[in-house]
Amino acid sequence: MKPALAYAAADGTFAATWLLLAFPAVGAAILLLGGRRANRWGPVLACLAAGAAFVLGLVLFAAMLGRAGDDRAISQHLFSWIPVNGFQVDAGLLLDPLSMCFVLLVTGVGTLIHIYALGYMAHDPNRRRFFGYLNLFVVAMLLLVLGNNFLALYVGWEGVGLASYLLIGFWSARPSAATAAKKAFIVNRVGDVGLSIAIMLMFATLGTTSYAGVLGGIGALGANSGTVTAIALLLLLGACGKSAQFPLQSWLLDAMEGPTPVSALIHAATMVTAGVYLIARSAPIFNLTSDGRLLVTIVGAVTLAIGAIIGCAYDDIKKVLASSTMSQIGYMFLAVGLGPAAYAIGILHLLTHGFFKATMFLGAGSVMHGMNDTVDMRRYGGLRTVMPITFWTFAMGYLAIIGFPGWAGFFSKDKIIEAAFDKGGTSGWVLGTVALIGAGVTAFYMTRLMIMTFFGERRWDPDAHPHESPAVMTGPMIVLALGSVISGFALTFGGGLQQFLEPVVGRSAEEGIHTISPTVLTLITLLVVAGGAAAAYRQYGTQAVPRTAPQAVSPVTVAARRNLYGDAVNESLLMRPGQYLTRALVFVDGRGVDGVVNGLAAGIGGSSGRLRHAQTGFVRSYALSMFGGAALVLAVLLLGRLG
Amino acid sequence: MTVTSPVGTDFPWLFVVGGLPLLGAVVVAALPRGRDVLAKRTALVVALLTLMATIAMGAAFDPGRGGGQQMTFQFGRSYAWITNFGIRFAVGVDGIALVLIALATILVPVVILASWHAAEEGRRSTKTFFALVLVLETMMIGVFAATDVFLFYVFFEAMLIPMYFLIGSYGGPRRSYAAVKFLLYSLLGGLLMLASVIGLYVVSGQQLPGGGTFDFATLATLHISPGVEKWLFLGFFIAFAIKAPLFPFHTWLPDAGAEAPTGGAVLLVGVLDKVGTFGFIRYCIPLFPNASRYFAPVVLTLAVIGIFYGAFLAMGQRDLKRFVSYTSVAHFGFIGMGVFALTSQGQAGSVLYMVNHGLSTGALFFVVGFLIDRRRTRLAAEYGGVGSVAPMMAGVFLVVALATLSLPGLSTFVSEFLVLVGTFTRYRALAIVATVGIILAALYILLVYQRTMTGPVTAGNERLRDLNAREAWVVAPLVALMFVLGVYPKPVLDVITPAVNATLAQVKAHDPQPTSGVPAAAAPASVPTVAPAAVTAGTVTAGTVDGSSK
Amino acid sequence: MTPAYYLFLSAILFTIGVLGFLLRRNAIVVFMCVELMLNSVNLSLVTFARMNGTLDGQIMAFFVMVVAAAEVVVGLAIIVSIFRTRRSASVDDANLLKY
Repeated sequence: MKPALAYAAADGTFAATWLLLAFPAVGAAILLLGGRRANRWGPVLACLAAGAAFVLGLVLFAAMLGRAGDDRAISQHLFSWIPVNGFQVDAGLLLDPLSMCFVLLVTGVGTLIHIYALGYMAHDPNRRRFFGYLNLFVVAMLLLVLGNNFLALYVGWEGVGLASYLLIGFWSARPSAATAAKKAFIVNRVGDVGLSIAIMLMFATLGTTSYAGVLGGIGALGANSGTVTAIALLLLLGACGKSAQFPLQSWLLDAMEGPTPVSALIHAATMVTAGVYLIARSAPIFNLTSDGRLLVTIVGAVTLAIGAIIGCAYDDIKKVLASSTMSQIGYMFLAVGLGPAAYAIGILHLLTHGFFKATMFLGAGSVMHGMNDTVDMRRYGGLRTVMPITFWTFAMGYLAIIGFPGWAGFFSKDKIIEAAFDKGGTSGWVLGTVALIGAGVTAFYMTRLMIMTFFGERRWDPDAHPHESPAVMTGPMIVLALGSVISGFALTFGGGLQQFLEPVVGRSAEEGIHTISPTVLTLITLLVVAGGAAAAYRQYGTQAVPRTAPQAVSPVTVAARRNLYGDAVNESLLMRPGQYLTRALVFVDGRGVDGVVNGLAAGIGGSSGRLRHAQTGFVRSYALSMFGGAALVLAVLLLGRLG
Repeated sequence: MTVTSPVGTDFPWLFVVGGLPLLGAVVVAALPRGRDVLAKRTALVVALLTLMATIAMGAAFDPGRGGGQQMTFQFGRSYAWITNFGIRFAVGVDGIALVLIALATILVPVVILASWHAAEEGRRSTKTFFALVLVLETMMIGVFAATDVFLFYVFFEAMLIPMYFLIGSYGGPRRSYAAVKFLLYSLLGGLLMLASVIGLYVVSGQQLPGGGTFDFATLATLHISPGVEKWLFLGFFIAFAIKAPLFPFHTWLPDAGAEAPTGGAVLLVGVLDKVGTFGFIRYCIPLFPNASRYFAPVVLTLAVIGIFYGAFLAMGQRDLKRFVSYTSVAHFGFIGMGVFALTSQGQAGSVLYMVNHGLSTGALFFVVGFLIDRRRTRLAAEYGGVGSVAPMMAGVFLVVALATLSLPGLSTFVSEFLVLVGTFTRYRALAIVATVGIILAALYILLVYQRTMTGPVTAGNERLRDLNAREAWVVAPLVALMFVLGVYPKPVLDVITPAVNATLAQVKAHDPQPTSGVPAAAAPASVPTVAPAAVTAGTVTAGTVDGSSK
Repeated sequence: MTPAYYLFLSAILFTIGVLGFLLRRNAIVVFMCVELMLNSVNLSLVTFARMNGTLDGQIMAFFVMVVAAAEVVVGLAIIVSIFRTRRSASVDDANLLKY
């Protein structure tokens, strides 16, 4: 089968692509195997490894810009990984504009967060292990975005799941952390099942798992054919698991048990957006199935709404940010589900979100650092003056996420809302309206967070002595805040990102065919956002915030506080029946399957116990039985003779 | 036909590899009483020498011989043994047998090192323990190397004897129950197999001019009538299903695995059980191709049931060693599934799975055994927060746990994915159901990891020792192999694949072609590429194996 | 005189022997009943030999006699030693060899 996609060979600068993985891999290996000797210099080494990968990424980026637009996909063959007759999987890397975006995001934001963690984790006795895990995550994430076939992607996919598991459960002495880590891994595995079945289906129908073969050959199956839709839906299942989308969203809130730099890097900026990457990477598949795309948009819209609603109810600052992440990834799913028109917009939002959400998470970490690791926003208040840098950087992230004109989110989120309306038809209106209302709710909960944390009266615990964080933490925050301000403008300047991604995801929609004029829509969006912010100000800015959460609240708030009963559903539908089934099967195995065997043994033993009583010890009775036996044999012989 | 007889041109590596441990066992047994340390060292040296000989044999092995069409045995030797019945002492290896012999010879030195102090509380002397392990090694090598069906049967049964004594003399509190149960189960299966072996001899006597034979290569050329073939197949199959063990023949394993000394359990689950799955692929399928195809749906169903059954039961166990045993039941489900999917990916995956499972479950048994050595209890609830006091132990446990749940990057993933993808190309619904099993694998192993290694330190564990140097050396090679084979399994796959191809050529089974890979005109839309959910088990079995040879 | 009479006699003797073996308790008597059965068989063997005009049966009878003699030696010794230890020659008292 000849692939319709051809990739350039990795020569020149690009021969070093594999080093992107090697730097952090070596770092992780040294840190995790190095033992106590590495305690002192290990964390710095980890930062250097991530930094080296970032620098290399920049070099490769420059080299990529030097090539022609349709010659920017470079494939590097490393070695033959799993060769069995028709099933030939190579270990190989693919560096194209799409993966380039992720490489820079992962290594860039990753390096900053490594540095931040130097300060944040300074007093943790196990920080060498922590940094080892962080480097491991960078390797896995890079493998995920750089693999040149779906199985390599799957390796990275599960690898980031592992890193996430290790880092959520980093403070494993806390049972809640261990449980949250396990939950994250298991829920991710549910998605992974979808992804792996999708890969099997690709192999069974196309005989290959490489991007070149699958994405190039998928057209042979025909648009909207059953197989294409099946592959798309299975990929979507995988994406939902990794990106915490409905119905597999429940793990992300619990994942906040991990150290805050982890929440910033893995559960906000990079790993959870892997689902978006998967769908964008599989664009040729999704382009062929309108049902698949529709479902992606529905999943995105539903999660967007769920995340936004939940975000309004939590008092835990990290959980508010986590539900906001869910919601924002919902926007990205909505965008990539719209098809070729909006892939680039989705990726744009992914990148800007990477900046502003990381900014805010690091800000939250800085606040927690100063407040004895309290996460309850009702114990904050008035931190604006004691933590000026944190406040200002956080404010940049805040303005970016609500889409304040000029800030990053304004360029990406508004575009998504616009694209949703432009989809046309009833579904376009519904999706657009959901996205629009979501923007308002986002403004509401983020304003609430800002007010409760940085404004109003000081509701601190008596032993809290908030202080600004050290420079090693504020430095990365400032850089990321800068990104939150300018990234949106910089990436869209002259259609930059869209043109850059065009060879991979296709051309965006033509300008000029709009359901609602962009200017009008922008104004409407701004109005909705302002309304959300004003509502939050009226409720939290003008009246005192109680230190304990009020109990007399509407049923909606109760439901939102309980994660819209997502966990309750999981527990009653999956966990409880699973436990009963386990107990029942243990019983069946012991009493049933093994019981049959042991029963047989007992039966033989019992009957032989009864039979042996025939051995009375009286010679005469033996003799009688012999006589009887002889007579019987004789009789049978005689009868046989006669008969 | 497509099977060539053993040729005797190579250096007799098999006699060296198989004979060394037996010789060592005699030496160890003959050492004077009280020289325990000497006995241990001798055993270790012998085991290491055997390993080196195996490596040399592997280097001399030529995987390409036979071209993937003929079942070819190398290093073959054949001597007359019981001439009246045409029984010969014939040995030889193909790629499948070679990797399994390699697995056995890798695990034995590790087991010896791990069992350094295991025999001290047994009912028999220390040197007997090590002599038994070495005898067992010879038997294991013999059973994989035999190319005479009767000789295979002899090794198959003889293997039980050292294992019986290892469990019965050095095991836990309920060792006699476990040992007898193990023995009776295996003997029952062995008897059924003996009946089939004799049946094969009779059939061969009817068909061959020179009288009956037990020579595998000749038996593989017989044309057995369908009814007889099914019965003979069942005799072999049940013996192997008990040995493997496949659901519902598994209940001896948790008892034996839990009561056996750790080293014994590793050899039991790591190698002995592989004889069952090895038997499927070496004996059931080539000797009874039609019956194999006939029974494949049944076996596959049992295998998939086993995957889930083992997983759920593993979750319900409170005893750590029983837990490990039940995880193996689930894994053997995967192996059985790959073998009977009758695709090259499935079978190559299964053979690789056998090796990987030996490594990962072996390591898991070792780590659990180290824990039990320290606390003298097998109950998972007694352990908690071990990670805080013994980080190295927790780290190794985690790596091994990840191998058990087949994390990509570790060797088990390669084999599991091959099995699944190999099954998927022919039996979609089954493969999809089995894939769901990987969620359960994550669940049961992480549950146990969480209970034992994380959380606050429970009472009694505060002063738990971390791994010492000997223990670290026990797990280090296994963990290293998991990583190496996970990243670069090609050398092993290159050995396995030609042998698997030859086996499948014997059954005339061909890998299904990609349903759309052929030119679009030749592959109309009616080719079953419908959504997987629509493919029911019934329709899948209808179009099973491409019976026509090309 | 027909050989059948010898066979009838042999059958009667054998039956007497069997009944004596089954009903009597004294070990010596039981033992003698065994001998009686052996000899009744001997009688029928000889009779058949005579009827068929061959020597096979007679040779067989000699074998039986030899076995019987050996049996007497061993059996009597056992009975005597049992009697010495238990002061009883009743076969019902020696029933230790049971379940």
